[in-house]
Amino acid sequence: MSNKEVALSEAETGSRLVLSRIEVDGGMRRRLLDLGFVPGNEVEVIQRSPLGDPTAFRVSNTTIALRREESSRIFGEPEGEELA
Amino acid sequence: MNTYTVALAGNPNTGKSTLFNSLTGMRQHTGNWAGKTVLTAEGDCVRGGTRFRLVDLPGTYSLYSNSADEEAARDYIIFENPDCAIVVLDATSLERNLNLALQVLEMTSRVVVCINLIDEAEKLGIRIDLQTFRQRLGVPVVAISARHNRGVDALMELVEQVASGQLAPHPTVLTYGDEIEHKIGELEPLVRSALGTRYPTRWVALRLLDGDEGLLASLKKRLHDRAMPQSGKEGEIRYERTACH
Ligand SMILES: Nc1nc2c(ncn2[C@@H]2O[C@H](COP(=O)(O)OP(=O)(O)OP(=O)(O)O)[C@@H](O)[C@H]2O)c(=O)[nH]1
Ligand SMILES: [Mg+2]
Repeated sequence: MSNKEVALSEAETGSRLVLSRIEVDGGMRRRLLDLGFVPGNEVEVIQRSPLGDPTAFRVSNTTIALRREESSRIFGEPEGEELA
Repeated sequence: MNTYTVALAGNPNTGKSTLFNSLTGMRQHTGNWAGKTVLTAEGDCVRGGTRFRLVDLPGTYSLYSNSADEEAARDYIIFENPDCAIVVLDATSLERNLNLALQVLEMTSRVVVCINLIDEAEKLGIRIDLQTFRQRLGVPVVAISARHNRGVDALMELVEQVASGQLAPHPTVLTYGDEIEHKIGELEPLVRSALGTRYPTRWVALRLLDGDEGLLASLKKRLHDRAMPQSGKEGEIRYERTACH
């Protein structure tokens, strides 16, 4: 079922994902949840910085930049790929 | 003259300082980027024979991540115990904003929820069912536009009613499932015997279960200062200005 699941760090720029798992612990987990990185919520990959890190994501109507350290541990299923 | 202390809490960029300025005639920094208010500003306004001491808290998405601004906002609400807290929400981004609103509702029942930027929401075709909002949250809710001074009188009327005790809201209690509720039940009597009823017992129990070291440190410091009033002038605790980052 979650075979299409990818880490946010690997998702394509411009794509949208529905979050499935947040594999980060402690205070950072809390922070991510507070920012809207909640399973079931939709995230759009806005833009990578020239060096590839951090990446800007749009979540709950706000743009938030995450480093690979976090984005590689947040997983979601790309939207609009049912036919692919 | 009655004086009530009123805290303005909310996410960054929701118009807290705009509201603060329009009520107090002060010039707290406002602008269209996040995190402008890093100091906690205080200012007075007098309306209809009542004085309100307004406290403009830094904007935060949460009160639990233990950054300096979040701790400042949290400590103010818990330890300074304002007569009313206004939670300012962005009408165009309610889903995100409600996270903080629910956190504040767990800390105090003396709350008025203020949905700001209603003019922007109207432009976007967003309609907000205030009655459902009130029912679901259990506290007064008003829609305003701080920039255009719309709805501010109605807001301050509710604030006065809550601050004076004339209106006693009953925020909806969030429940956390059997296991956590059981542990809260075990902790609450201990919290009460250690702290009395000065602080919201259920909320403190929840923070302890969450392993909130920052809160624990703040609590210990307050208890210590209270036990030893001669060790400095903190017997009467003033809220210090707090910088972040
Ligand atoms: N259209 C509209 N804009 C508003 C309203 N209230 C505030 N603004 C604008 O929203 C922006 C942010 O307002 P601030 O008052 O600085 O927000 P804040 O909550 O104090 O922000 P932080 O200090 O970062 O937490 C400013 O550009 C304001 O002019 C409103 O009711 N309608
Ligand atoms: Mg401000």
